[in-house]
Amino acid sequence: MDWEIVMGLEVHVELATKTKIFCSCTTEFGGAPNTHCCPVCTGMPGTLPILNKQVLEYAVRAGLALNCDITRYNKFDRKNYFYPDLPKAYQISQLYLPFAQNGHVDLKTKSGKDVTIRIHEIHMEEDAGKLVHSMFGDATYPDYNRCGVPLIEIVSEPDFRETEEVIAYLAKLKSTFEYLGISDCKMEQGSMRADVNLSVRPKGSKEFGTRTEMKNINSFKSIERAIAFESKRQIALLESGERVIQETRRWDENKGKTFAMRSKENAQDYRYFPEPDIPPVSISEEEIQHYISICPEFADAKAKRYVSDFGLSEEDAGIIAGSKYFAQLFEKTVELCNDPSEVRYWIMTQILYFMNERNVQPEDIKLAPEKFAQFVNIVKAGRINRQVGKTVFENMFFGSDDFDIEKFIKDNELEQVDDSELISKTVQNIIESNPKAVEQYKSGQTKIVGFFIGQVMKQLKGKANPASVNKAVNDALENLKED
Amino acid sequence: MQITNELVSYVANLSRIKLDENEISEMQSQMSEIVNYMDILNQLDTENIEPLSHIFNITNVMRDDEVRDSYEREEILKNAPAHTEEAFIVPKTVD
Amino acid sequence: MDIFSMTALETGKAIKDGKITAVEATKQVLDSAESKNDKINAYITICREKALAQAEEVQKKIESGELTSPLAGVPIAIKDNICTKGIKTTCASRILGDFTPVYNATVMEKLNNAGMITVGKLNMDEFAMGSTSETSYYGAVHNPWDLNKVTGGSSGGSASSVAGKMSLVTLGSDTGGSIRQPASYCGVTGFKPTYGTVSRFGLIAYASSLDQIGPIGKDASDCASIMDIISGKDSMDGTSLDIDYPEYLSSLTGDVKGIKIGIPKEWYNNKGLDSEVAEKTRKVAEVLEKAGAVVEEISLPFAEYAIPAYYIIATAEASSNLSRFDGVKYGFRAENYSSLVDMYNATRSEGFGKEVKKRILLGTFVLSSGYYDAYYRKALKVKAVIKKNFDEIFSEYDLILCPTAPTTAPEIGKSLSNPLAMYLSDVFTVSANIAGLPGISMPCGFDKNGMPIGVQLMGQALADTKVLNTAYAYQQMTDYHKQEVK
Repeated sequence: MDWEIVMGLEVHVELATKTKIFCSCTTEFGGAPNTHCCPVCTGMPGTLPILNKQVLEYAVRAGLALNCDITRYNKFDRKNYFYPDLPKAYQISQLYLPFAQNGHVDLKTKSGKDVTIRIHEIHMEEDAGKLVHSMFGDATYPDYNRCGVPLIEIVSEPDFRETEEVIAYLAKLKSTFEYLGISDCKMEQGSMRADVNLSVRPKGSKEFGTRTEMKNINSFKSIERAIAFESKRQIALLESGERVIQETRRWDENKGKTFAMRSKENAQDYRYFPEPDIPPVSISEEEIQHYISICPEFADAKAKRYVSDFGLSEEDAGIIAGSKYFAQLFEKTVELCNDPSEVRYWIMTQILYFMNERNVQPEDIKLAPEKFAQFVNIVKAGRINRQVGKTVFENMFFGSDDFDIEKFIKDNELEQVDDSELISKTVQNIIESNPKAVEQYKSGQTKIVGFFIGQVMKQLKGKANPASVNKAVNDALENLKED
Repeated sequence: MQITNELVSYVANLSRIKLDENEISEMQSQMSEIVNYMDILNQLDTENIEPLSHIFNITNVMRDDEVRDSYEREEILKNAPAHTEEAFIVPKTVD
Repeated sequence: MDIFSMTALETGKAIKDGKITAVEATKQVLDSAESKNDKINAYITICREKALAQAEEVQKKIESGELTSPLAGVPIAIKDNICTKGIKTTCASRILGDFTPVYNATVMEKLNNAGMITVGKLNMDEFAMGSTSETSYYGAVHNPWDLNKVTGGSSGGSASSVAGKMSLVTLGSDTGGSIRQPASYCGVTGFKPTYGTVSRFGLIAYASSLDQIGPIGKDASDCASIMDIISGKDSMDGTSLDIDYPEYLSSLTGDVKGIKIGIPKEWYNNKGLDSEVAEKTRKVAEVLEKAGAVVEEISLPFAEYAIPAYYIIATAEASSNLSRFDGVKYGFRAENYSSLVDMYNATRSEGFGKEVKKRILLGTFVLSSGYYDAYYRKALKVKAVIKKNFDEIFSEYDLILCPTAPTTAPEIGKSLSNPLAMYLSDVFTVSANIAGLPGISMPCGFDKNGMPIGVQLMGQALADTKVLNTAYAYQQMTDYHKQEVK
């Protein structure tokens, strides 16, 4: 039987405010345990929450970017449950009147498919603390630094059918929130976390199967693995005549499996009710208009512009515009050197290579556009060729802020050789010392030209102007034929 | 509304309060009496009335996003019944 | 100079005039509190050293002219659900154990800045849940007028210490009558301000939407002078009102001419209402009428729904507010447990008293899946009805006059066994909390056993000075508030 996977996502995104949602402690990541804490975020008796303005602004701007209706009058509610990472034993969240509803996200997947994912709602809430477990013994050590870090939870409709849609959706959220500057969305650090609700059903069926909720997935790679594992698990159960149990399952990265979570075994009864300590929040039409007016250009619009204004291919434009950090680097560098195609070339070849092979994240790029433009100008002027350029680029990219391109080229004698006398002398040398190859050429094996070019470049330590070498080799060989 | 022993046990479990059998039946009878009394609210027609959670119509009480010093860790931990120098201690949580 | 023959304001003036020092006044209160506490049990903590050190510092600042509040140097005692930095705060519960806050409630900061001396922490019903002050882990509070009687609650220590000359003036908290009802039982004056006019930051929450801190003292002037210190917008409390606050004390003119007072007739038909209480409280209306007030009978038909609505809302919020007492961050943790859940269960079962557990269970029930709409949501709708009812009345009347409690103080040990009856005794006080209104209770006579009777005046939201001024006017014309325990 053919099966179809149906998925819905609950994505938690930490907002990049300076302070926590209900107190003035820092949200800085890390820090010694329990040092970013005060009586409010550790739930001491008698303390009260005061909403951080910036949280509301960031949240509403996220809602608008995801095409949601913004709830003009919204409230906070308490979600009650006992767990040591939740010092008040309730989480301040939004159930009855979330601030954003009925949105959607348009996606293009890797294989080029256009998909629309509907957003059910987005609500604001506070993050819980971190539990550190002892290696031996039977103790857990709650660390409340993360308690009260502001979150938005984006709840999608069950509109996902394939893993690549999930990946494209998460990438889109990350890109959008980066452009808004409201979150760094680092899955590895937990500032973006996705819970996947997954069920399977026979292809063509209209009804939904029983779903499980997967938690603790903390990278794009594990999402693919977790979906693959869990869908196979459910299909195997159904095919052997068993049934899927509705439950929360934890993804175990090391084992590559999902496990039912014991603490969630009991059906939860969270006893939500309106938070009496926080007056309702109203959002005016003017505020919404203001947020719309300061909305940055997002990836899709940028990509279109790169295609029409700079002549980039759709694919390249999509990749560069997909990250705010790429886009910023690209646009500023192009502005300075006026050569989009050359800038594109170095981003798409070298920087993407660094990302894949050396685990560089776009947000970690320190390369200044001024330096990048200077580099492009040097290449364009023919002072170094692209081959040598790779070495220069790599050193510049990973070098310190005061990396001096000119000095590097000079110290390593990398300047391009375009001295026609030197080149033709070298060509003659190579021809003379490779009589066999010359014979082959004469007998009509023209492919051997490449060999001569390579030898000449090698002799000139790769610094020669490839066009000049090409011409000199061809000319010399032509001459031989005529002899 | 009938308050059963099962219902008492259910809410006791949600509240993380352990009751022995005697306590359950005592709670059951006292809660029944009170909940039955609460049921007089059903005499009041509230069909077209919006629930009122905040008595005064105030909105948007917010603070600026400015960092203030956190408390010394020692002060955060010192009232805890069990703690190390840097964290609280609870029995190991298992998932 | 015996400060117990004076009000707090008079004591403040005597200190300012150099007739007595802050240290001497503090010593008198400490001595009296320590000597009588065995019998009355009004205090959970008496902090002699801290108080004397504070008094010495304050005295210097008074002499240097740095402190000018009319109550500078005057000792005050605080209900033990208000956080006091460096002083144990127990909520009269075992579960808070030796909890010593590392922060002050906003009201404490304000009292300290005004130069008032904190002498100790007052006994109460555990977590302010009760109408008798018998549910304290530290034992019942006794009524100074008759040690076999209860003081009322939950601010029993706050009222009995004033009546018993163990304090001059105190802070209490009022969620459903917890300032007014013990003030009534103990023959003192207790004021519950409009919700949001006194910061709740540092008040250990029972029911957040109903709780309000307020003063208990000998008369309305003392209450007003405390309000001058503790009221005001607080950036730490989101429900704190951002308004122009009145000068409470200086608005006490004693003029009640033309004030319209309504007496709710249904309330006087209440089955549980004692005839002596009915009679004595009605007499208050006559006194005020003579001074120029206009008194009429009114109808408040929805008030009978106030008690069930109150107990639904209060217990629901309490069940959530008290969840943080879980043996992790502060307070008591059970000794024997085998797992995390077991630790929670054991800690909360051993740490909370019976009444508190019952209210947590009730609150959990009314919020739980399947019952939320029928109980909690319904109660919020009834709250809307009650508010509308009051709004209509206050569009015509300035104040409502009624008994504070249906009876005078019952005997110790008689109430807790019949919880519903105890809940019903809050009938006249809870609606002010549901609607956020200001209310005062003051003495207006005694029953045949010599136990004090209290009358309540309620006003529209933010009509706090009208309520206080009318009480002040009454106290200018009568001397029930000056009667002392023999």
